Amino acid sequence: MDNTVKEPLIHLSKREDMSFGKKWLVRIIAILLSLIVCAGFIFIIIKMNPVEVYEGIVEGAVGTGRRFWVTARDALTLLCVAVAVTPAFKMKFWNIGAEGQILMGCVASAAMMIYAGNALPTGLLLVLMFVCSFIAGGIWGIIPAFFKARWNTNETLFTLMLNYVAMQVVTFCIVYWENPAGSNSVGIINAPTRAGWLPQLFGLDYGWNLAIVLLLTVLMFIYMKRTKHGYEIAVVGESENTARYAGINVGKVIVRTVGISGGIAGIAGFILVSGSSHTISTSTAGGRGFTAIIVAWLAKFNVWAMAVIAFLLVFMQQGAIQIATQYNLNENASEVITGIILFFVIGCEFFINYKLEFRKKHSA
Amino acid sequence: MKKLLAFILAAVMTASLCACGSSKGGAEGSTSAKGSSAAGEAVAASDIKVGCIMIGDENEGYTEAHLKAVEEMKKNLGLSDDQVVIKTNIKEDEGCYDAAVDLAEQGCNIVIANSFGHESYILQAAADYPDVQFCHATGYQAKSSGLSNMHNFFTRIYESRYLSGVVAGMKLNEMIKNGEVSKDKCKIGYVGAFPYAEVISGFTSFYLGVKSVCDSATMEVKYTNSWASFDLEKECAEQLIADGCVLISQHADTTGAPTACEAKKVPCVGYNIDMIPTAPDAALTSATINWGPYYTYAVQSVIDGTAIETDWAKGVKDGADAITELNDKTVAEGTKEAVEEAQKGIEDGTLHVFDTSKFTVGGKTLEELVESGDKDATKLKDYIKDGYFHESDVESGMPSAPAFTFIIDGINSITK
Repeated sequence: MDNTVKEPLIHLSKREDMSFGKKWLVRIIAILLSLIVCAGFIFIIIKMNPVEVYEGIVEGAVGTGRRFWVTARDALTLLCVAVAVTPAFKMKFWNIGAEGQILMGCVASAAMMIYAGNALPTGLLLVLMFVCSFIAGGIWGIIPAFFKARWNTNETLFTLMLNYVAMQVVTFCIVYWENPAGSNSVGIINAPTRAGWLPQLFGLDYGWNLAIVLLLTVLMFIYMKRTKHGYEIAVVGESENTARYAGINVGKVIVRTVGISGGIAGIAGFILVSGSSHTISTSTAGGRGFTAIIVAWLAKFNVWAMAVIAFLLVFMQQGAIQIATQYNLNENASEVITGIILFFVIGCEFFINYKLEFRKKHSA
Repeated sequence: MKKLLAFILAAVMTASLCACGSSKGGAEGSTSAKGSSAAGEAVAASDIKVGCIMIGDENEGYTEAHLKAVEEMKKNLGLSDDQVVIKTNIKEDEGCYDAAVDLAEQGCNIVIANSFGHESYILQAAADYPDVQFCHATGYQAKSSGLSNMHNFFTRIYESRYLSGVVAGMKLNEMIKNGEVSKDKCKIGYVGAFPYAEVISGFTSFYLGVKSVCDSATMEVKYTNSWASFDLEKECAEQLIADGCVLISQHADTTGAPTACEAKKVPCVGYNIDMIPTAPDAALTSATINWGPYYTYAVQSVIDGTAIETDWAKGVKDGADAITELNDKTVAEGTKEAVEEAQKGIEDGTLHVFDTSKFTVGGKTLEELVESGDKDATKLKDYIKDGYFHESDVESGMPSAPAFTFIIDGINSITK
């Protein structure tokens, strides 16, 4: 009988000793490698000069002042949602309902624009829209949080289902607000008066979007790092029992945190309706509620890293539109490119967290 | 190993530096192309730049028809590929405004958008760029906007739908003659997108075409509430067939309905594209729009420096609408002659599709409805004169977009 245990060829071990600089070196190498693989894809499959295609992406995303601002606007919205999902995820509350929370914020904003648009002065109207969107998104977050805190329901399913409910709410509202009748769309709200539209700030079309999102980002940073609430969230996330032992009212923390989370997603809805689209449809949220989760996780809940990642993702999206137009490529081609880059970026975290050890040659 | 890595890194970095450097050059190039002409000023054909905003891409029938029109326009006017910038898959949201503004900033003299929901964004862009001409298909707001650079266009698709209705009616007559269906049971099914004027006008003209040859026909309309969904359209057609419909037609953009019809061997009339490849044993013909004449006209106007009409709608007579090749395998005998006769009538103005003596709404003619003060009829009373409904009749001052919203007797429209 052979009693020796067969040693596997490769074996993994956790590593915690990697220095900060080395970690970033790995990430940069991963991005460069992904670009090389993308270049290979572009060259072999679509038979084009990869450098030209990369140029097209850069050109499309930031090539002109306006393109830069469109990219910035979309990146800011995405960042806002990423900031919104952060506290809940940090608490290990799997809130995949940001999409619905955004939509409820949109509904609240659009409703205010339609019903109060011409009755209130602009400043007051905008403040009210802001507050109502926060409340609407917040309620959409508090519902599953309450059930979780009270009866320990599964928040993943609950928040996911509420997305569909929110879509139906939007569909329902469109029936009342549709313009013209039968078209199944709301059209631009208050186009002649621009009531309830975010005005320019510092001469920038999207100045308010920038100001609101940056302020929220800074506040969230402080909230998570420097306040008692932030600490409670971290403790509940690590272990509910520890939290309870430390005298934290877990239920209260869950409801409050997810309420804030949903509320900020609602504000993202406000920014979408008031600050860029000026209309509402079931696709207004456009999957941002899900993309933002990727952004938040990739950034390890560091709000500054989120800003960088949100910008990169939108950069790729906008670039994609350009290469689709310029080289007559289907947009799917650029999705493949984005996919390859994401694969490498996420994949490299594995090598940061684990060490590969190969089987050593045994000397008898 | 380390050396190799260092080498690769260095190589990649140089490559990316090159990429950054040359992309700046590209950006300057495109901004210098700016400088569009004011309306009324002629532009040399070699200097003109045309921007297009499309809801879909070549995989979707409606946009495919528009892309064909762009090609036709390019050929007619001798434009090169880089004079036309086409943005595909532009949704009906702020992305449409971004696209329109981007095209204007790239130096396009004219921007053409193809989807109904693009309109308000195009209006917004038209207000921001008064020197650029904006044309929007299927919209209705150009006239009321008061912007001289905003234009709507459509075609008199109801004329080709009427002709396709004649084809369907002939087929029904044949089926009645062969004893496949009884006269009182010949019901048509219609897969509609939305209960919206464009669709209602479309199915009414189709039905009137059928009625002109087969008087006993009735029609049932079901909606998918989507412009293009293969699954919903297929399912909708299947339900209609199960409901006893013996012929199917559609106003939705995919091949869903013909696919269902082919499986059940039910004759069908398509939309946008020839359905014979999809349903060789079921398709009769399709009603199609040829947008080519408009694209050529609009771009030609910019070249000549003449104003583009605020509302444009041409029909069968000008080649803007037609029916596709008749499927010899399926159509009834004498169809070709019947279609030719109807087409001749439409072209010389002796046949009006919406002839008010040919249909009733709740037992009353449109004229009687207006007299009785019916709310819907009163709203549209300008259209109702000279014995017919002046649909898309831009010559007598009507908008190009369809307006006919009456559900006439014989049609059962199921909105639930």
